[in-house]
Amino acid sequence: MMRIYADNAATTKLSPAALAAMTPYLTECFGNPSSLYGEGQRAKEAVEDARMRVARCIHAAPREITFTSGGSEADNQAILTAAAIGRKAGKRHIISDPVEHHAVLHTLKALEEEGFTVEYLPMYENGVVKAEDLDQMIRDDTCLVTVMTANNEIGTIQPVRELGAVCRMRGVLFHTDAVQAVGHVPLDVEADMIDLLSASAHKFHGPKGTGFLFTRTGIRLEPLIRGGAQERGKRAGTENVAGIVGMAKALEDAVASMDENGKKLTALRDRLIRGLSEIPHSALNGDPEKRLPSNVNFCFEGIEGESLLLYLDDHGVAASSGSACTSGSLDPSHVLLAIGRPHDVAHGSLRLSLGEDATEEEADYLIETVKEAVNYLRSFSPVWRDLQAGKRMYIL
Amino acid sequence: MALYSEKVMDHFRNPRNVGVIENADGVGEVGNTVCGDIMKIYLKIDGDIITDVKFETFGCASAIASSSMATELIKGKPVAEAMALTNKAVAEALDGLPAHKMHCSVLAEEAIQNALNDYYEKHPDRKPS
Repeated sequence: MMRIYADNAATTKLSPAALAAMTPYLTECFGNPSSLYGEGQRAKEAVEDARMRVARCIHAAPREITFTSGGSEADNQAILTAAAIGRKAGKRHIISDPVEHHAVLHTLKALEEEGFTVEYLPMYENGVVKAEDLDQMIRDDTCLVTVMTANNEIGTIQPVRELGAVCRMRGVLFHTDAVQAVGHVPLDVEADMIDLLSASAHKFHGPKGTGFLFTRTGIRLEPLIRGGAQERGKRAGTENVAGIVGMAKALEDAVASMDENGKKLTALRDRLIRGLSEIPHSALNGDPEKRLPSNVNFCFEGIEGESLLLYLDDHGVAASSGSACTSGSLDPSHVLLAIGRPHDVAHGSLRLSLGEDATEEEADYLIETVKEAVNYLRSFSPVWRDLQAGKRMYIL
Repeated sequence: MALYSEKVMDHFRNPRNVGVIENADGVGEVGNTVCGDIMKIYLKIDGDIITDVKFETFGCASAIASSSMATELIKGKPVAEAMALTNKAVAEALDGLPAHKMHCSVLAEEAIQNALNDYYEKHPDRKPS
């Protein structure tokens, strides 16, 4: 049986090139970058070389890159930094949007408890925010706008450059959680007018436990972890040297093949969307075009997502869902609810996120297998029976 | 360790007693689509014995497995025994459920009780005093 890993938005496989780049720093070059002798200095050079290469990939300066443990830490640090700057200036208003990752939303909740006011941009059915809404909402006391570059569930790409332009014009700091976007779609912190940007290595075939925060020169980062001079005192703790080196290699490779992979994946994505749209009473979630080349997200009426995932796993497909049952909470995905999907159908969602090595044959297998799964689960779903009998109204 | 026991996966992959009984003597439905689980149980009762039982479920794998197992536990059994079936018995028969999935076994217990209550409403004379 075929085995297809279609959950690359959750994590990706470490690239062989990244692994090869990392191995020396897990073995013979094991030195602590803070040490003065040769072993330490070689590790230090590797970290600084990686910083330069990561910076180049997003058109930043090396000193604007701070290495972190990943995207969540970078999100936390970016937001808390902007809040600290705002607090000093008496500005306690933050603008975000309802489909952010919880690393952003929960950090904002914590700030609300401290007296900050957080407002959320209106969300539309296609999952994309509007820069003109942002322009309307910015106040004199707004200290931060935080809007993700691309959504982790429905793959929608936000108009980051337009949002950045509004923020620049109004003199407000702009942070973007670019965890799903870095290495997948072009990003340029200069042209996009981004002040703070979060990224995570394992989303672009780098290792887990490593990420970075871009911080525009002039913004004083607030440390979350204290106790050492690493990362210029902004992030204490011995550097994850191998992880940092692996991230830089993976990112360079991802950026080098971005155009080629993007074209190929977009064609496969659209093939999947066409195929899955043939399933009656289904709907694509998120904008069909303003979306990551790898992301497909559907709702299927009359079934529940967790059983769909387990059926797919049994039939060779690793995927993900916004169903409540997959998250351990009672509510389905906040993203699907925010774009207007009612609970009933949000429970029946499926996310497929393709890897760069995906093939047409695999896409066709995915389509067939998802069709079988949906048919099977509908065959004994009392909800589907009621829908077909006209006792319940179709939503999709 | 896997999320679910082999028994749960077996009942999810090969659910027993799936379907509908036309002209059932009792039908019970519990849950709602907002929380993501709906279970429907159909009973055929002859005298004091549950001669046939079928189910339909919208929900996660443990909800499907719980309904499947619950139907197996009551098929061919006296009504009183079905009435006494607890969610714990269903979960135990499945070699356990994860803590946050125990409510699936509760739904199975409630669906059976609803179906039996429906039966008694249709046949008040058979209701035990």
